[in-house]
Amino acid sequence: MSVKAADYLLVDEETGKYRMDPEQAVRDDVEKHYWLHVGRTILKDWRLYLMLVPMILVFLFWRYFPMYELLGCFKRYEEVTPVSERLFSGFSYFKTLLVGSDSLSTDFWRAMRNTFLLSFYGLLFGFPMPIILALFFNEVRSDIARSIFQVMTYLPKFMSTVIMTSLTIMLVKGSSLTNGMGVISQLFVNLGWISPEVGAAGLLNQPNLFRAIYQITGIWEGAGYDSIVFFAAIIAISPTSYEAAQIDGAGKMAQMRYVVLPSILSTVVIMLITRIGHLLSVGYEKVLLLYNLNTYVTADVVSTFAQRQGILSNAKGIASAAEMMNNIIGMLLVIGANTIAKKASNTSLY
Amino acid sequence: MKRRLEISELIFKIISYTLLTIFAVACLYPFVYAISSSVSGYEAVQYGRVVLFPKDVQFDAFKRMFSDNMFWNSYSNTLFLTFFGTIWALGVALLGGYALSKKRLLFRKAFNFFLVFTMWFSAGLVPQYLNYIATQRVFSKVGINDDKWLVVIAMGMAAMNIILLRNAFEGVPSEIEEAAIVDGATELQVLTNVYIPMTKSTIATVALFFGISRWNGYYWARQMIKDTNEHPLQVFMRLKLEQFQDAEQMAGWSESYASDSVIYALIVCSVIPILIIYPFIQKYFAKGTNAGGVKE
Repeated sequence: MSVKAADYLLVDEETGKYRMDPEQAVRDDVEKHYWLHVGRTILKDWRLYLMLVPMILVFLFWRYFPMYELLGCFKRYEEVTPVSERLFSGFSYFKTLLVGSDSLSTDFWRAMRNTFLLSFYGLLFGFPMPIILALFFNEVRSDIARSIFQVMTYLPKFMSTVIMTSLTIMLVKGSSLTNGMGVISQLFVNLGWISPEVGAAGLLNQPNLFRAIYQITGIWEGAGYDSIVFFAAIIAISPTSYEAAQIDGAGKMAQMRYVVLPSILSTVVIMLITRIGHLLSVGYEKVLLLYNLNTYVTADVVSTFAQRQGILSNAKGIASAAEMMNNIIGMLLVIGANTIAKKASNTSLY
Repeated sequence: MKRRLEISELIFKIISYTLLTIFAVACLYPFVYAISSSVSGYEAVQYGRVVLFPKDVQFDAFKRMFSDNMFWNSYSNTLFLTFFGTIWALGVALLGGYALSKKRLLFRKAFNFFLVFTMWFSAGLVPQYLNYIATQRVFSKVGINDDKWLVVIAMGMAAMNIILLRNAFEGVPSEIEEAAIVDGATELQVLTNVYIPMTKSTIATVALFFGISRWNGYYWARQMIKDTNEHPLQVFMRLKLEQFQDAEQMAGWSESYASDSVIYALIVCSVIPILIIYPFIQKYFAKGTNAGGVKE
């Protein structure tokens, strides 16, 4: 700490003489006995700090201890031994996954690819849907009609993943001796979109259809609810902007282009960046409930790969290593996205 | 020129109404179909003759399910997890969010980072699983063998919800708090008598977020609760579905002719409580997403 004379001396306005600054003595004392002062402040305000304790414990126990457990990916896995006492194994698990010659490595790369593709297609098809919906909601002038539409489209968001996936499974199931196909499969067969054989085998058993099913159910589940943010941005546009555009002779499309789009652009950018940040966190629950042996080729993502290796077949070190890589890339994406958002619109997401 | 404007607006309006109607109907159709199927005759369901309205109405699937003790067990377990889970999570979040909203809190930045970091980096499925196993071991050493309580205290905390509450508390003018302190209120009294009444709608939103996520929770409840009598409804439903699917695959035909109807009936039973409260809570949810996240 550099000491400047000006910190200690004050000029007395009336007499023009210098005198000691009394506050500086306190500041010095705080500097000298920093932790003592911290302790005193906390003691004085102990109720406030006590309120933090449950939250800290919960996050420590259920969020941070697993991260410590994750470090086990550098150690040889042993059941009861704590991570710190296990034998160091270096990057051997990572090597097996990344450059190994057995099926583990190929499965891991497949899972990486699927994770990326599932979220990328979600970005491509799932992201624009809420914006389009919000534009349509804006066209509905009657409040009652609009809230009916909104109530209907938000509803699936409140249903659990189990209900959504059970419904999906039932609606597209194949036929057997005693069973007809699911009603959606029937519809698609009748429309000629899929062949009767595919319908009879069950759409969820077709590897090439899994991604489409995943995206469509994703839109069914989330598009309505996600449109809330965009709709809020659209109704915030002043009606005078539309009037001005109309007077200038703008048609509906021109109004969209020159009035609505610029006004909601910042919201769109923020949501888009958030989405990119979460590119590698595919909801494992939904995949886990929808996939089966036949569709691993396109459906297996890193978390489901890890849960199969780690929980079902007890290769916990391999599983931790796989998740470690996924998490680190994911975190870099989130932080990168947040930095870009800060630069682009002066809004920090967190 | 006036005419051209009107036509383009009209076309756009027609398109939006049509597509909105299609989308809204598509959103709702599976639920309607499930309800119709659950009260239709077995054969009509089995051969896909139910399309929209129920055929050969009867309630055998519901009767069969209501006579199953496991069903009532799972229902009460779900209620238990939802009730205590929401109270626990909301209590922790309220206290934490309140403390974090105070400018005078030392190391405020560090505490915030402690919270936000969990949104950037989560350990993943397997480490979390290992952590729960370790906790279960500790719990059973102490003599607590009830996994339900472990699920209650371990699950469903979300940093996002605490941040929502913190932002709401920060919006309360500090003069009101100062007035309360001058009147001799303690910290807890300030929270319960000043802050909570002033941020009621945000708290309701957060409570609903917690409640819904508890009601819908599946994966960890299945992994952590070993005793099948203690499974919540979602797990019970999924296990039933898997059981029927396996039976169908093994034998090439359903275990019983009623299996599809039973699944639909289960889905309906799980959906109906949400459908009942949905109209009341919907506005809170819309509010929550608008207030969340973006700050400064």
